[in-house]
Amino acid sequence: MKLTSGIEERQVISRRLAVAATIGGVLLMALLGRLVWLQLIEHQRFVTASEANRIQILPLPPARGQILDHQGVVLAENRPRLQLAVIPEESEDLDALLFNIQSRISLTDDEIKDFRKRVSNRRRPREPVVLKDQISDEETARLAVDAFLFPEVRLDASPRRFYPFGGLTAHSLGHVGRLSLDELQEVSERRYAGTQMIGKTGIERAYEEDLLGEVGLERVETSARGQIMRTIDQESPTPGEDIRIHLDIGLQATIFDILGDRRGAVVAMDPATGGVRALVSAPSFDANLFTGGISSALYKALQEDRDAPLFNRALRGQYPPGSTIKPMLGMVGIHYGAVSWDYSIQDPGFFQLPGISHRYRDWKPWGHGVVDMKKAVVESCDTYFYDMAVRLGVDQMAQGMAPFGFGRRLGEDILGDVPGILPSRGWKREARNESWYLGETVIAGIGQGYWVTTPLQLAAATNVMARRGSFLDPHFALKADHEGTPVNIGQPSDWLRMIKAMEAVMHGEGGTARAAGQGAAYRIAGKTGTAQVFSIGQDEKYNEDEIEERLRDHALFVGFAPAENPTLVVALIVENGGSGGTTAAPVARAIFDYWLVERESGALPADLERVARVNETVLSRSHGYRN
Amino acid sequence: MVTATDTGHIEGFRPKRFAQRYGLDPFLSLILLITGVFGLAVLYSASGQNEAMVMRQAVHLFVGLGVMAFLSQVRRDLIVQITPFVFVVAVLLLVMVLWIGVGAKGAQRWLDLPGLPRFQPSELMKLALPAMVAWWVTQHQIPLKLWQFLVAGALIVGPVLLIARQPDLGTSIIIAGSGFFVVFLAGLSWRILLGLGGLALAALPLLWHVMHDYQKARVLTLLDPQSDPLGAGWNTIQAMTALGSGGIFGKGYGLGTQAQLKFLPESHTDFIVAVIGEELGFLGVCLLLLMYGLILGRCLIMTLRADGLFGRLLCGSITLTFFVYVFVNLGMVSGVLPVVGVPLPLISYGGTSVVSLLTGFGLMMAMQRTNRVLSGDIP
Repeated sequence: MKLTSGIEERQVISRRLAVAATIGGVLLMALLGRLVWLQLIEHQRFVTASEANRIQILPLPPARGQILDHQGVVLAENRPRLQLAVIPEESEDLDALLFNIQSRISLTDDEIKDFRKRVSNRRRPREPVVLKDQISDEETARLAVDAFLFPEVRLDASPRRFYPFGGLTAHSLGHVGRLSLDELQEVSERRYAGTQMIGKTGIERAYEEDLLGEVGLERVETSARGQIMRTIDQESPTPGEDIRIHLDIGLQATIFDILGDRRGAVVAMDPATGGVRALVSAPSFDANLFTGGISSALYKALQEDRDAPLFNRALRGQYPPGSTIKPMLGMVGIHYGAVSWDYSIQDPGFFQLPGISHRYRDWKPWGHGVVDMKKAVVESCDTYFYDMAVRLGVDQMAQGMAPFGFGRRLGEDILGDVPGILPSRGWKREARNESWYLGETVIAGIGQGYWVTTPLQLAAATNVMARRGSFLDPHFALKADHEGTPVNIGQPSDWLRMIKAMEAVMHGEGGTARAAGQGAAYRIAGKTGTAQVFSIGQDEKYNEDEIEERLRDHALFVGFAPAENPTLVVALIVENGGSGGTTAAPVARAIFDYWLVERESGALPADLERVARVNETVLSRSHGYRN
Repeated sequence: MVTATDTGHIEGFRPKRFAQRYGLDPFLSLILLITGVFGLAVLYSASGQNEAMVMRQAVHLFVGLGVMAFLSQVRRDLIVQITPFVFVVAVLLLVMVLWIGVGAKGAQRWLDLPGLPRFQPSELMKLALPAMVAWWVTQHQIPLKLWQFLVAGALIVGPVLLIARQPDLGTSIIIAGSGFFVVFLAGLSWRILLGLGGLALAALPLLWHVMHDYQKARVLTLLDPQSDPLGAGWNTIQAMTALGSGGIFGKGYGLGTQAQLKFLPESHTDFIVAVIGEELGFLGVCLLLLMYGLILGRCLIMTLRADGLFGRLLCGSITLTFFVYVFVNLGMVSGVLPVVGVPLPLISYGGTSVVSLLTGFGLMMAMQRTNRVLSGDIP
């Protein structure tokens, strides 16, 4: 029995081995056939290919598109620089090579560490790996003397991004930076062959696709040792598209100039298109610091700076809008019938909810007397808007204010902005899982409480006023222009009356900003605002003066000019500036003066000299963080 | 148990007298030595005349041959007896790799235990797994019943999944193959085989789904290498160019431009056959294939002559796995299979591969019915 089973076992295995051997034999024959095809039949073709291997394909990176302001002033360009690169495959001993190079030019430990990282994460064989980003003429000369010692070393001229007004434009253009390994996973390897830079923030990032261009190829013949002998042919790269933006660099510089040392943010828009004419966040920094890889010490210093120069106040600063949104709130109140132009109240200087003793105070302790809508806007009467908010209800308020752009991110080519908060019952339930209290409606009526807006949102909402009821998504690029969308609130006559009220803020009796409007050669429609700063804990110890300064209210202003036929909309905030009427409105006046009066007479080249000067001042204020 | 399989020996297959006296199979040993030395010669050229590297590989080769000679002297029964133990240890080590393994580029493949040199437990599994499956089969009568096959399947799938988790897809597939060969030789019914084949085909889209991007790129590159000549297609294009430009006689030893000018990637490891093809031509590759053919032929004979069911199954699996190495490597270099990291047996630079291959051949020799120095049971 056992013997039989043993024989059966043998037979099974023998049969199976025979099958396997047959399959294996067939596969080996197929392999042999493949070899015959490769080595005998197609031999000649591969000889040619092998010869052609002396011919290397090198990627030709495209020139990145420039970024130009609306008049064609170059804001981002490419400048030549020399890079030191090594082809690791051609090096016998990388350590010895690094040592040798280090004995001739300075190489920091960081540079060597980065280089090794890049070598081990190379994208393709025989790719030159950057060792030093920017080497000076002197270093070039020192290396050139012994060039024959390092056949694996290359000096590559690869352009570097340069922002001529890097301090003025850092927060609007953004900047490029070295392509990180994570980003490499996401982008097309082919398109970035030879390109080491990618847009990291701002317009550089938003229009990365257009700015990048198409990579070209160059075929070169190399010697048997791999050195390039001659170029055979090339497929030129297609340079990236230039992006023209609505920004006016003269205006941008003027705003920085006006702000001086103050912290704050200004967004100016073109009412006709919604294009961003200026986007200022002060203090600023030099965008050029980031194009070649910023040192970690410098980056840390910038990040920890108390004035937060890296923080984009215009897009990410979240401020209570305060009284600046009263004209929009008024339009919503009239639209929903909570109030009318004829409706008026008697203002004792405070507002009370029925049956509750708490007094919601007006900024004017003794009150404004009899107040209708126009007077409420002109004098910024809080009591009137407390009352209106309660009549309107928070949900209708939110519904009416949403088309102005509050509570959501804006700008299809503006990256990094935050949505802020448009308060409503639903918002509170969702965000905090709490129910709404009527008292919260009262203070929402003057842009306080839960309200949080960005300067960008205030500009967009003010633009709706300037355009008399049509919203335009703010944007940078000319090619992002599009039609406005009606907000469907109020009649044309309502918009006109509200704009008249805003005009009276600047030029009328009792207007909160009449000092700033005085003597203007044109009419401004505006609205001031003051936003309370969150209080610092009473027991925290700070420098006395400092506390006082940092605890002051933020000064806000929104407006446009000329009132009848506006060409510029401005929203601005001066941090800890005090009251909107005394601090913010004069800034706006100066901006409008430049835009409507001085700019007309300023010829461009002369103006650019001034822009460069302001840029220098901004950079020198940037605590010496310079490139 | 042992007697039961011993009776399976048939008088007609009695080995030669020489081998009766010594367990070392003289023919296989000789051809392995020749192949290894041929590999060293190729390596000298492929490494760019790097003598230190050739010396290191020579050490690997002779360590491997030493291990082989030692194992060939070990008593067959001892190997059968310790097989389950070794398998369990290998599984435990694989589990440890997942916990405390070390490695690079996101894969944990190595164990760094104090007092031991760094090693990959998956290497141990390459032989432990087919041995274990063979051991399991010998516990029963073949053809196995379905549940017995299922247990064998579980013995394969467990370690394979552990290795795939490291992740090391290439090795896990090879090891799965070596286990599969055992059950295949043990007579797994054709119907089940067909079913498994169908299942594998159905699983292909799933596999595509879980594959890494670079793995997909390698497969796509196979279909059209020119689609990405600077990226994924580079290796394949350069290897095919090296082979093809070699022609019948080759460009001459040390004169291959592809290899010497470093166009050929991994020319001293996975793609070394392209150096042979370029410098020694079609004839050189045929010589290599002839040597592999002789090894495989000898291994088939040894499988048929092996002592007992366990021995035949283990020998068969080692033989077929060796074939897979040869075929996959040549297929990859000549551009008919995707680029997977499988070295060319006995030729590619690397100690692990050559030592583990020669260990396998040592085991095969131990499975022969011969008298051994170490067994001490000379009749």
